[in-house]
Amino acid sequence: MKYTFLALSLFLISCSPSSSPVDLSVESKVFHYGNGTEPQGLDPHIVTGVPEHHLLLALCEGLTSSNPRGGESLPGSASSWDISDDGKIYTFYLQEDGKWSNGDPVTADDYVWSWKRILTATLGSQYPDMLYYLVNAEEFHNGSIDDFSKVGVKAIDKDILQVTLKEPTPFFLGLLSHYSTWPVHKPTVLEHGSIDDRNGQWTRPGNFVCNGPFNLKTWELNKKIVVEKNPLYWDSNIVELNEIHFHPVSNEMTEERMFRAGQLHVTNTFPSNKCEPDIQEKNPSLQIHPYMGTYFYRFNTKNEVLKDVRVRKALAYSIDRKKIVESVTRCGQIPAYSFTPPGSNGFYPDTKIPYDIELAKSLLKEAGYESGENFPVLEILFNTSEGHRKVALAVQQMWQQNLGINVELVNQDWKVYLSREMIGDFQVSRAGWIGDYEDPNTFLDTLRPNRGNNKTGWNNFEFDNLLIKANATLDQAERYKILMDAERLLIDEMPIAPIYTYVRVYQLHDDVKGWYPNILSHHHPKYLRLERD
Amino acid sequence: MLSIFLKRILLAVPVLIAVASITFFLVRLAPGGPFDAEKAVSEQVMKNLNEVYNLNAPLSEQYFDYMSGILVGDFGPSFRFPGRSVTELIMTGLPVTFELAIYSMLIALFIGTLSGVTAALKRNTFLDYIPMSIAMIGICVPTFLLGPLLVLIFGINLELLPVSGWDQLPGDKILPSLTLGFAYAAYIARLSRGGMLEILNQDFIRTARAKGLTETMVVTKHAMQGGLIPVVSFLGPAVAGLLAGSFVVETIFQIPGLGRFYVEAAFNRDYTMILGTTIFFSFMIVVFNLFSDILALWLNPRSRDI
Repeated sequence: MKYTFLALSLFLISCSPSSSPVDLSVESKVFHYGNGTEPQGLDPHIVTGVPEHHLLLALCEGLTSSNPRGGESLPGSASSWDISDDGKIYTFYLQEDGKWSNGDPVTADDYVWSWKRILTATLGSQYPDMLYYLVNAEEFHNGSIDDFSKVGVKAIDKDILQVTLKEPTPFFLGLLSHYSTWPVHKPTVLEHGSIDDRNGQWTRPGNFVCNGPFNLKTWELNKKIVVEKNPLYWDSNIVELNEIHFHPVSNEMTEERMFRAGQLHVTNTFPSNKCEPDIQEKNPSLQIHPYMGTYFYRFNTKNEVLKDVRVRKALAYSIDRKKIVESVTRCGQIPAYSFTPPGSNGFYPDTKIPYDIELAKSLLKEAGYESGENFPVLEILFNTSEGHRKVALAVQQMWQQNLGINVELVNQDWKVYLSREMIGDFQVSRAGWIGDYEDPNTFLDTLRPNRGNNKTGWNNFEFDNLLIKANATLDQAERYKILMDAERLLIDEMPIAPIYTYVRVYQLHDDVKGWYPNILSHHHPKYLRLERD
Repeated sequence: MLSIFLKRILLAVPVLIAVASITFFLVRLAPGGPFDAEKAVSEQVMKNLNEVYNLNAPLSEQYFDYMSGILVGDFGPSFRFPGRSVTELIMTGLPVTFELAIYSMLIALFIGTLSGVTAALKRNTFLDYIPMSIAMIGICVPTFLLGPLLVLIFGINLELLPVSGWDQLPGDKILPSLTLGFAYAAYIARLSRGGMLEILNQDFIRTARAKGLTETMVVTKHAMQGGLIPVVSFLGPAVAGLLAGSFVVETIFQIPGLGRFYVEAAFNRDYTMILGTTIFFSFMIVVFNLFSDILALWLNPRSRDI
C-alpha cells in the first residue's frame, strides 16, 4: 500500500506541468485566448457570432480596421479614403503593399467580387444587409436586378475602389470594420467551390488564404485553433505575437479554472456568481467595462392589453432598475434609461424612465385597471439561464407588489423562445441587443417598422422618418439631434423597457499589454504584446 | 450461438430504422429552426438558407432523401458548421470519446471489482462496510461535482495535474478518466459484491473448498466466473452510456469528444447532426448490448444451450 501511494505520487509529480502555458508564453509570445464556443467556420461571408469575429480579426482585414481604443475607425486594407461632398461617394485607396497570405496583391477587384459574393442570394449569407446602403445592393440581393455592375461598387484602378451609397450614411466607415464586408481571395474560393458554395473547403488549414496579420495554422475541432504571424501582412512590423491559440471553452466555470491554472491569458466571460465576491476581494485580473449592449424587455404591442401605451409605461415605470443591478445582477451593470447605450460614439441620450410607483398606478388606472383589477395574467417569456430567471423573478415581484397584477414566468429552451418571439407568441419577453458598429443607428434601426429584429409589432412611421432623415444628414451634431428625437419618441412610446446596460466581465492576465477597454470590446490582436513586469 | 448472434443483428436493423424515423420527425416537430438567432435574419435570407439546405421541400421528400442518404453512409452536411459533414464531425469526436470511455471503464472495473469482491469475501467487516459506503457515495455524487472537486484538489491546490484539455498537456487525461470512472466503479462494486455473495453460498463452492483448493483458487477460478456475470451484463449498456453520456465530463474538462457535439446539436437544432449522432449512438448501444450478452453466455454454461 505504501509503495502504491509512493508510485502514484511519483507518477503525478512526473506528469505535473513545470511551468504553465502562460508562463512559457512570455518567451514564446504565444497568446492563449478563451474564445467561448467552437466557431461555426471562418468564412467571413457565412459566419455570425463573437468567437468567429475574434478569429477573423486575426486572419482577415476589411477596408477599415477597428480602433483598439474605440472610436473612429483606422486604416485597414485601405490606407486612405475620400468622401464626396454629398457624402454618397467613397473612394478607397488600398495599401500599396497589401498582400494576401499567399503573396498575391489585394486589389480593388477582390473587393468587388467579394461584395458580389455576399450579395449572391444563393450563398445564404446572414449579413447581406450590411451592404444594403450601396446603390442597388438590395435589389441585386433580392433578384430585382441581375447585373452586378449596376451595384454601387466599382474598381477604378487596381488599387482604387469606389463605393456609391444611396444616402450619405455617416456610419458607413464603422460598418466596414464588420467582417461581413471583408474580402475573400477569389482564386482560393473558386478552387474549392463556386461563388455561392457555403460548404467549400477553402477555410481549412492549408487551403485558407486571407489578408490579416495572422495565418491559419491548425484547427482541431472543439480543442483549439492556432494562428501564426503573417510576415506578408502590410503592417507586420507592429505585430509582436508569434501565435495565438484560440480555446473554445463554452463553460464559464471550466474557463475560470483554466485561467487560474495559467492556461489562458484572457477569458471570454466570468461566472456571475463569483462576480460580487471577486469584486470585494479586489481580484486584480477581473475586468469590468461598459459594453455596447442593452438588456431590455420587449412588449408585444399587438397584445390586447399591451397595445395601450399607458399600460406599457406603467410596467416600465414600476421596475426599479437600480435595485436590479445592485441586488440581482451585481456585476457592475448600469441601469438603462434609453435603448441606445450612453457613449455610443459620443451619443448620450437624455431620456428618463422614472421609478415612480404612484405615476405607474395612475397610468394603469387611466387604462382601466385600477389597482390591477381585471388585468389579465401577464407572462414574461425568457430563455433558459439562471441570470434571466433572476431578473424575471425580480421584475415579477416588482410588478405584482407595485401594480397588483398577476405575473407568470415562462421559461423556454433557446430555440423555442426565439421561435415564439418571432411569431409574436408572447406578451413580455426578455431581450438583449449588442451593437455591430459604434453608432446609435445599430440600436435604433432595429425598431423601425418591418425590421426582423423589431418583434414588438410597434410600427411607428414618425420614428422611421426620423431615422431616414438622420441617415441623410451629414452634420454629425445635427444628426445626433434627430436621433435624440427618435430615442425620446421610442421611450415615450415604450415598445420596449430598457433594464440595464451590459458590461463586459472577464479576466485578463497581467502579462497582456496593448489591450484597451472599449465599448464594442473589439481587441485587435495585432496590437497585443506579452511582457512580464 | 451463431443463430442468436444473427437473429440479434437482424433485429437491430428495424430498431435503427425506427430510431432514425422517429428522431427525424421529432426534431422537425420541435419549435425553432437551425437558423433562428437573436439577430433575426430577413425573410429573404431565411428563404435562401432553407433553399440551400432543401428545407423548403415537403417533409416526406426530405425524409426519403435523408433515409436514402443513410443507406450509402451519407449523414448530410452539418447546419451549424458549414463546410463540415456530420460523418466528419462524428469521426472527429469519436476517437476521443472512445479513449475516454476505455480509460474510465478500466478504472471502473479495477476499482469496482476489487472492492466488490473484497467486500463479499470479508462480509460484515470493515473491508465490507468501507468500500460499500464509498460506493454508495460514488453512486450519489454526480460527475459535475466530483470533476470540479478533483480539479480543485489536484489541479489548482496541489498543482499536480492540468485542469482541462485532452492530449495537450502531460497528464491531462487522468482527472477526466477518474471522474467518469468513479461513478461506474461504484455500480460495479455493488453488482460484483451481490453476484459474489450469491455464488459463494453455492454448493459447488463448498465442494471446491472441500477438495482442498486454496481460497485464492476458489475465488478466482470458480466464484468470480459466475459472480461477475451481473457485471458483464452491465458492461454493454455501461460502455454505450459512457460514450453517449460523457457530455458533462467533456464540458468540465474541455474535451473535444462526441458528447458535446451531441448535446449542442440538440440546442442548435442542427437537424442532420442530431440525427447522425442519435443513429450512431443507437447503433453503439445495440452493438455493446450484443457483445455483453455473448460474453455472459460464454461465462454462464447453463445458458449456452438456450
